Amino acid sequence: MLTAAFSAETKDICWTRAFCNKLKGDEHVEKGKGRKWFIFFCAAPAIILFTIFMVLPTLNVFRMSLFRRSAYSPNEEFVGFENFAKLFADTNFIRSMQNTILLIVVVTIVTFAFALVFAGILSREKIRGQNFFRVIFYIPNILSVVVISAIFSAIYDTNNGMLNSFLSLFSPEKVAIMWKGESLVMTSLIVAMVWQAIGYYMVMYMASMASVPESLYESASLDGAGRVTQFFKITIPLIWTNIRTTLTFFIISTINMAFLFVKAMTSGGPNGASEVALSYMYKQAYTNSSYGYGMAIGALIFIFSFALSAVVNKVTERDTLEF
Amino acid sequence: MKEKTSAQDKLYKVFIYVVLATLAILILVPVAWVFMASVKENSEFYGNPWALPAGLHFQNFAEAWTQARMGDYMLSSVIVTALALAILLVVALPAAYVLSRFNFRGRKFFSTCFMGGLFINVNYIVVPIFLMLVDGDKFLKSIFGTGFLLNNLVVLALVYAATALPFTIYLLSGYFATLPHDYEEAAYIDGAGYGLTMVKIIFPMAKPSIITIILFNFLSFWNEYIIAMTLLTDPNGTRTLPVGLMGLTQAQQSAAQYGRLYAGLVLVMLPTLILYICVQKKLTQGMTLGGLKG
Repeated sequence: MLTAAFSAETKDICWTRAFCNKLKGDEHVEKGKGRKWFIFFCAAPAIILFTIFMVLPTLNVFRMSLFRRSAYSPNEEFVGFENFAKLFADTNFIRSMQNTILLIVVVTIVTFAFALVFAGILSREKIRGQNFFRVIFYIPNILSVVVISAIFSAIYDTNNGMLNSFLSLFSPEKVAIMWKGESLVMTSLIVAMVWQAIGYYMVMYMASMASVPESLYESASLDGAGRVTQFFKITIPLIWTNIRTTLTFFIISTINMAFLFVKAMTSGGPNGASEVALSYMYKQAYTNSSYGYGMAIGALIFIFSFALSAVVNKVTERDTLEF
Repeated sequence: MKEKTSAQDKLYKVFIYVVLATLAILILVPVAWVFMASVKENSEFYGNPWALPAGLHFQNFAEAWTQARMGDYMLSSVIVTALALAILLVVALPAAYVLSRFNFRGRKFFSTCFMGGLFINVNYIVVPIFLMLVDGDKFLKSIFGTGFLLNNLVVLALVYAATALPFTIYLLSGYFATLPHDYEEAAYIDGAGYGLTMVKIIFPMAKPSIITIILFNFLSFWNEYIIAMTLLTDPNGTRTLPVGLMGLTQAQQSAAQYGRLYAGLVLVMLPTLILYICVQKKLTQGMTLGGLKG
């Protein structure tokens, strides 16, 4: 009886075979009894917190998208896919989706091009003050989106903005471009988002570029390959895995960042010209209290972002290069 | 031939410096401008925005601190951030340790769940969390007469900690998994129990990872505003700094209180900037250590 309990318990504590053998005949094995409780007390709080505030709300997004619930009819009423059917006829939603896709495409391409080129320069060339530049470029990443939005509002202000008065230096008349007007608001948003994201990705690529062996570049220059060729033929292919992962994550994060920026900077205005998918969801679900409808938007974007990441992941698949 | 390439090299170098300097200026100038604007008098905002301040008008900070209630909001932000970090560490450290170093039933399932949590962004689930708390308050009201789940800094801190769990556990587990089991065995032979081994042997070794975690989560908790805005609904009640700042931005559009807006901006930025200057090396290194954060 004792031996049976003994072997069951020792198996639990054994991390390695050698240690197991050591334990046999050890009286301290008694401690194995506490093991289950130890694991329980360690893991339970995290699992409970995670379940209450992440798993259940996520399931609720999908469940509620099939119900009608609003401030006036607080009792849920099952409506099936009615919310989704309504979505595809909602021109405001379609516009917000278009804006989201525009942001994903343009912000991704611009940020990645700049981040890669700058990282390539900073990690390849012997630049004085290299660390200084790195520190500066990372600053936008530590600022709250609310702060960045307020800064860009000061830049874009029509009458006393930094940008317009800077442009006025080069023009005989006072420049009064409405940067947050209906026609330019998306461009302004893109600039702010790129400003925020470049540094982060640059630092990330610099780290992975540092692991590319110097000898490859040396032999490439002996063969007469220039900087640009080296960049495209050596650097990019060798850090491709990293680029690919960041790209996938970037798509998910752009959808979220677009929401944060729009909420703090434009509130979707003017006239919904800068509304993005998640800000429209928030507007419907929180401000308008059409919870079911809002959650249908949320569920759709959730699936959309995953599908898009999967597609990007598939399209960018290359054979991994060893070095 | 050789001279030509070196001349080209020089030109290229100059070009690079110009481009890098331009980008650095584009990042630094707007931030520096806010600091400058925070000491301007309100009337100065109607002139050239590039003009230097006429004097150091620190009155803005006093106004932001008291009239715009940024002082109160600062206190809430400090409480929420500190509390959320404390909860996160107390909950995530043991969980990550157990999940990465013990074999038990359900381990794989829970690890996968937490990994999946990396892909759930709070923006999607903030409204369901809000509704859950609303329902909870209704329920509490029917029993005790009052609800306390909304407008509660402790609940906000709990939500912050919970949403940061997947990333934190992912990062910590990655570190714990690399440690050899010899440490635990040695501690065990010396008669230390599981808890003692974990707290006295394993956690001190994870100090670099713990610091990275504190840094990243400090920044994200301090800067977060969507959850805070949604869960702190009382207009006269407490808010966190970024939410208060949003209120100031909106107030500025109607009442044109520029001075206190930029003073408020400085109040929000300053703690993160100071922290960044102190630990910038750790932060940029830690980022590559931890992989990605969306």
